[in-house]
This record gives sequence, C-alpha cells and structure tokens, in this order.
Amino acid sequence: MEFVTQHAVLVVSVVKIVILLFLSLTTLAYLTWFERKVVAHIQSRWGPYYVGAHGLLQPLADGVKFLFKEDLTPPGADKFLYILAPFLALSLALTTIALIPFGPATIKILGQPTQLIVANVNIGLMFVFAITSIGVYGVALAGWSSNSKYPLLGGLRSSAQMISYEVALTLSVVGVVLLAGTLNFSEMVGDQSGYYRYLPFLPRWHVFPQCIGFLCYFTSAIAETNRVPFDLPEAETELVAGFHTEYSSFKFAMFFMAEYANMLTVSFLATILFLGGWLSPFPETWTFLQYLPAVALLGLGIYLGYDAAVVARGIARIQLIVITFGALVLGALCLLPAVMPVIQGPFWFLLKVGCLIFFYVWTRGTLPRFRYDQLMSFGWKLLLPVSLANLVGTALWIIFPLLVKHG
Amino acid sequence: MSLPFILFFVFALISVGGALLLILAREPIHSALALILVMMSLAVLYLMLGAEFIAAVQIIVYAGAIMVLFVFVIMLLNAGTEERTDFSKIAKYAGLPLGIFLLLELAHWMAHSLIGKTPANGAGSANVMVSTRDLSMQLFQKYLFPFEATSILILIAILGALVLAKRDE
Repeated sequence: MEFVTQHAVLVVSVVKIVILLFLSLTTLAYLTWFERKVVAHIQSRWGPYYVGAHGLLQPLADGVKFLFKEDLTPPGADKFLYILAPFLALSLALTTIALIPFGPATIKILGQPTQLIVANVNIGLMFVFAITSIGVYGVALAGWSSNSKYPLLGGLRSSAQMISYEVALTLSVVGVVLLAGTLNFSEMVGDQSGYYRYLPFLPRWHVFPQCIGFLCYFTSAIAETNRVPFDLPEAETELVAGFHTEYSSFKFAMFFMAEYANMLTVSFLATILFLGGWLSPFPETWTFLQYLPAVALLGLGIYLGYDAAVVARGIARIQLIVITFGALVLGALCLLPAVMPVIQGPFWFLLKVGCLIFFYVWTRGTLPRFRYDQLMSFGWKLLLPVSLANLVGTALWIIFPLLVKHG
Repeated sequence: MSLPFILFFVFALISVGGALLLILAREPIHSALALILVMMSLAVLYLMLGAEFIAAVQIIVYAGAIMVLFVFVIMLLNAGTEERTDFSKIAKYAGLPLGIFLLLELAHWMAHSLIGKTPANGAGSANVMVSTRDLSMQLFQKYLFPFEATSILILIAILGALVLAKRDE
C-alpha cells in the first residue's frame, strides 16, 4: 500500500497501460472480423458465419489456429532479424496508441481527475511520427531476413513506398499544427471546440479549413499502412504475399495485427487532428445527447435479443443471449451518474474512428490496386505538391492578418 | 545513484556498443541497424537533457528517414558480407596514437569545462524541458540568418544531387 501511495503516477500508468493493451488487442482481433464481414457484404457474401453467432468467435478460432501452426524459419534466413522483425512491427505499432488521448482532462474517475491517456507528451504528434517512421524497419527487415525473392521485393517496395508517402503525410499535417499552434494532442482537440462565428452550425474542426490537408493525409495514411489500393508490398498476384511470404504461425499473426494497429493509429490521428477528437459535433446545450451511448448499447441489446429469439438456432442462440445480456448491462451502466460523464469523450472519439475504419474497409472492397509506377508518380507528383501548396496557403492565411495589423 | 544517472549510463553504453557493432559487423545490414541503435540511444540522451524536440527530430530524420534509405540501398544492391583486408599500415601506426591523443584531449577539455558546473540556462538538469515554442522563437529570431543560410545550403545540395542524377538526353 505504501508503494502505491508513493508511486501513484507509476501505478496509475501501469493500470492504464494494462487496460489499454487488453482493449486494443481485443479490438485488433475483432477488426479482422469486421473487415471480413464488411468486405463480404460488399461482395454479396455472408462472410464468417459458422463459428459462433454471426461468426463472432472467428477471431478466437483464428488465434488458436495461428498458435498451433508450425513455426517455420526458412534455411539461410538471418535468424535474429527474422525473429526481430515481427516483434518490431507489432510493438512499435502498439506503442503509438499510448500517446492518444481518448477524452478530456476534466473528467473524474473515483473522485480523482484522470485523463484518458497513458503518456501526455508535449510534442505528441512528433513522437507518433518518430515511432511510425521506425515502423518501416519491421517490414523491410522481414523482407530482407527471409532469404527469399518475393519477400525481398516486397520489403523493397514497402520501404520505397513508405519513404515516399511519409513526406506527404507529414507535410499535410503541418497545416493543422499551424492552425492549432501546438504539437500536444489534448491542446489540439481543445483548439477545435466551439463553432464558427458566421456559420454557427459548423463545429470548428480542422477538417473544414484543412479539407485538402485531410484528403492528402488520409490518402497517404492508407499508403503508409500498406492497405488497398496501395498494398503493393504484399500484392498477391505478383509477390505471393510480399514481405511476409515466409512467415507462419504467430509471427504471421503479429504482422497482421501490426497492420491493423497501424490502421487504428492513423485513424486516431486523423480524428484528433482533423475531426475534433472526443468533441461532440452537437452544441453542449443538447444535454439529452449524453444518453446516446446508453441508448445505442440498449438498442443493440434489443436488436440482438430479437435476433436470439426469432432468427438464431442452437448454440448461436445461447451466445446471442449472453451478448444481449452483456450489451443491456453495459447500456444500464452507461446511465449511472458516475459513468455517464466519463463515457462521453471516448464514445464520440471511437465513433469517429469507427467511421474512418469503415472507410478503410470500404476502399478495400471497392478499389483495384495501383500499378507501381502509378503509385510513385501519384505520391511524388500529386500528393507532395498539393500538400506543400496547402501548407504555404495555410501559412499565408495565418500571417496575413498579422501583416495587416503591423503594417 | 539516481534514476537519470543510471539511465544515462545504460544508454551511453548502448550507444558505444552500437558504434562498435557498426564497425565490427560483417553484414552491411547489421552495420546499418547498429547505426540506428546508436541514433536511438542518442535521442534518449537528448531527451534526458530536456531537448524533446531535438530527440524527436533525431529519430524522425536520422533513424527514420536517412537510415531507411541506407537499408533500402543495401537491400537493393543485395550487398554481400564484407571482405576483410589487412589493416593498412597508416591506420596501424598512426591511428592508435592519434585516437588516444583525441580521447585525452576530449577528457582534458571536459574536465576543465563541465564537471562541477551546471549550464547557465538550467537545461541539462533533466527536469527542465525546452519547449518547442521557445526553441522556434530562438531559431527564427536570434538565429534567423544561420538558420536560413543552412536551409539554402541544403537546397543547393538537393539541386546538386538532381543535376548529377540527370541523364544526358
């Protein structure tokens, strides 16, 4: 007990890290289910269906399958780097989540003011970029250390692609930094609260003045995370599976999880920088909106209850009843006065992130893959000049009133 | 022994070890990774000195951008293991004394200038973080001319690379 009181910051941080890690790993597992389900419905299929109700236990089955597969190391591979690469990819991808604020600093948990962030760094944005810029090595080293042609080509492609698009990614964000005047995530979100004076229905989110920056950011973010239509490093028609061709068992799963973690990170970042983070798009006077998380969960519970009672059969019915019960209990919990103010920020934040993730999956289900030279010329000849022009324009926009004032 | 003190020695040892590995490794890619290790631990040392912006830039620019290019080129050329040649005569007879001389000189100057004194502005005491705003104020007001001169120099270097890389029509 003495240790806890003396090192309160440390203990709170560790508790936050454990909760966040558990939640994000579960989310990563269920993102695979979400993606398969959405892509399946885009293509008029059912997707995962048999393992659990609505295929909800599919991620669990996949995890068990990965654990029990044989862990192969190709002959002639650089053993140390071959093992290091997936660890590097996953751990770096997960580290960035520690810097993301999920709610305002004013909320209180158990009477203590707590911010929903693990590490509130002054220059959070710079640190996220620092960590993601190291993330390239996971993919590049995986390609090199496998001692095989296709992974090498995939690793080469991915490092070239990441170098190219990182430039546009970083430049497109500088406009927001200029507007907010800070590199700290919490202050950035605070800067976006309120409404425009002449357009009182429009929240002061940076996406409106920085719409070009947002488009550049999200396009290069898709490229940075090696997703369709920029998934050249693992183009299966050309490179079998790209940089992770030789990986099996849990190392492959780690690459898979790293990809989803990166998707989450860039969506978090887009939400904080451009979409107002945890802020609600509606005015604060609409107090009835604070029941929205509870209503959403209760609605989900009622829908699932109907599903369990009418549609489902067998074991799926039992599972659905359990999930229904869980959703109803969670919804009721959200109505408690102690929980309600805490849940508001994360609710809006995760709602926005969810929309961006859906957009990710949507593009995957819709767009064909780029050709390699198209990818390069798109990045260097279109995205880079446009984001640069956006930066210069924003700087002029900010400096112009000052120039007028000071003559 | 305070925690920053221990951390300093840990990361100082990592950076020296990484530098040695960089020279001694036979595979070019191992050397490149060792260099990344050196840069990362240097970034941690900057952070402990209170220079968070410099630390982040160190990682983004050096470990992230420049070393990715190194690794990329090594992979592209598929460079094999290095072949050891006999050490050159000059390195054998002049290198070692000169190295020791340099080390002694550094030790001398450090002993005379740093030990027992704290830097004037309070930075370096690990608790003070130099904010990015203060840094940019200094860069764009007091040191504006050197800053802009450096950026023009870099621009010239980029143009030079373009001219050299351009093929004759």
